[in-house]
Amino acid sequence: MCARWPLRHARAMPLIEVSGLRKEYEGRPVVDGVSFCVEEGEIFGVLGPNGAGKTTTVECVEGLRTPDAGRVRVAGLDPVADHDDVAQLLGAQLQESRLQPKITVREALRMYSAFYRQPADWRALAAKLGLQDRLDVRFGTLSGGQKQRLFIALALVGSPRAVVLDELTTGLDPRARRTVWELVEDIRDSGVTVLLVTHLMEEAQRLCDRVAVIDGGRLAALGTPAELISQKADPTVIAFTPSQPLPEGELSALPGARSVRTQGPRVTLHGTDETVDALLTTLARRRITAGQLRVKDASLDDAFLDLTGNESAAPRPAHAHQENLT
Amino acid sequence: MTTAHLSGTAAPPHGAKPAGPSALLSVLRTEFRLFLREPGALFWVVVFPPALLTILGCIPSFREASADLGGRRTVDLYVPVAVLLSMIVSGVQTMPSILTGYRERGILRRLRATPARPHHLLTAQIVLHGCASAASVLLVLAIGRLAFDVSLPGQLAGYLVAAALTAGAALSLGAVLSAIARTTKIAQTVGTLAFFPMMFTAGVWLPVQAMPDTLRHLVEFTPFGAASQALDQAATGSWPGWTHLGVTALWTAVFVWTAVRRFRWE
Repeated sequence: MCARWPLRHARAMPLIEVSGLRKEYEGRPVVDGVSFCVEEGEIFGVLGPNGAGKTTTVECVEGLRTPDAGRVRVAGLDPVADHDDVAQLLGAQLQESRLQPKITVREALRMYSAFYRQPADWRALAAKLGLQDRLDVRFGTLSGGQKQRLFIALALVGSPRAVVLDELTTGLDPRARRTVWELVEDIRDSGVTVLLVTHLMEEAQRLCDRVAVIDGGRLAALGTPAELISQKADPTVIAFTPSQPLPEGELSALPGARSVRTQGPRVTLHGTDETVDALLTTLARRRITAGQLRVKDASLDDAFLDLTGNESAAPRPAHAHQENLT
Repeated sequence: MTTAHLSGTAAPPHGAKPAGPSALLSVLRTEFRLFLREPGALFWVVVFPPALLTILGCIPSFREASADLGGRRTVDLYVPVAVLLSMIVSGVQTMPSILTGYRERGILRRLRATPARPHHLLTAQIVLHGCASAASVLLVLAIGRLAFDVSLPGQLAGYLVAAALTAGAALSLGAVLSAIARTTKIAQTVGTLAFFPMMFTAGVWLPVQAMPDTLRHLVEFTPFGAASQALDQAATGSWPGWTHLGVTALWTAVFVWTAVRRFRWE
């Protein structure tokens, strides 16, 4: 069963299907009834706070763990029972995995390409990932970004239909992270489906066609990043510096306004498009000018905070001094 | 294909060739190259046992026939000891630290996500360490024969059987150690602690044949004490005693059973 599966996709068989997945460690459920489908050709994000069960979920997809209950299928195959066939069509980059310290890039690529029935040309792959000058360098001396690019190459060397990328950019500097993001988009553009595990909202918003938000082992939301943001009650953020102080009560009474925050002279207002209209009318009526006026959509980050951490014990990131008005 | 495709060349239809044997060969070839990059392991497994035999053989009194040893020379007894030494170092010291390191670093886990299996890596390591021991054994026998006039094994078939069983015992004990030690540090510590009693029972300080009767009978029930006796018997020209072969085989079976039951991939 694919929760909230858009009708237009109903006829195509999903490439990856997870349904009612449940996994316990020592009697404690880590994944508790997660369901989603990944369609061929998309970048599908699995988001959630640390310890939410993201990695366990994708490890069940990779066949590294056996589910306690539920159904996992990759191209119609069971990742545990049909391990060899699933491994042929699903590439993987695992969280916190390393290689032999003295193995060279060339040796790793050549060894991994021998595992697959139809390996890609590893030299071409290395060139596309900018590793062509690093072929004789040992794994232990590669930089963090080069290691991750090698792991992407190893995930792709079997010409897979889908790849699982788990916390791919954790620990990379911003420049290396952007390079890796472009590579992930290239993977999708070459027709390979991507299942991306991340806790970085910026990464998910930039890359993912659809995301599943997992919190406390359960599915908290499923949809495109834009859908998740618009599901928020206050999808618009308005910030400005009024030329004269405004009574706060008046701002919070604006239609659609959800929260008002003042930091010195600067006012930040969360609300809807309606709030923007009403605010401009109010300011004009009072002959107050709004300096440095900025109106922007809420980010996936904001939506994520709304969706997660409400009932679970997971620590909720600090939310500034925000006053919730409703 | 017009897009900038990262997936490489266009794929031929599925099922073209099986992944099994080529995967194992590829792992074996890569692990062989990596093994050659570990000078420490190579030294202790391949160089040290022949070097020890050479040093002991250079002591004049060790080359004189001794009535206590039934008219044999000390250097004659140290050939099987050097053979055992190379097998114990390779199986119990070198291999477990490599395998636990592979588990710690997630290398075994990463292989589980490919059509290759992590046991390919295990097999490759066992084969490589077995071959390194074999090279060391050949060096020891050659040095013994050429430099110190120690006769080659009189009962060659019996010697091969005893040597294969001994190598099996050492490698399977190493596999047990790799299975139960959670970290490389633990594996190295336990390996070093276990090394001294094993070397004692193998006869490094006092050849088993020269031990007092009671001690010798006890030592003959340990895996390497029995192996030492079996190797020595085959070296002197008789078929090794079935008790010694049986004891070594039984220990090997226990080690293999324990390692298979307890081994964890992550």
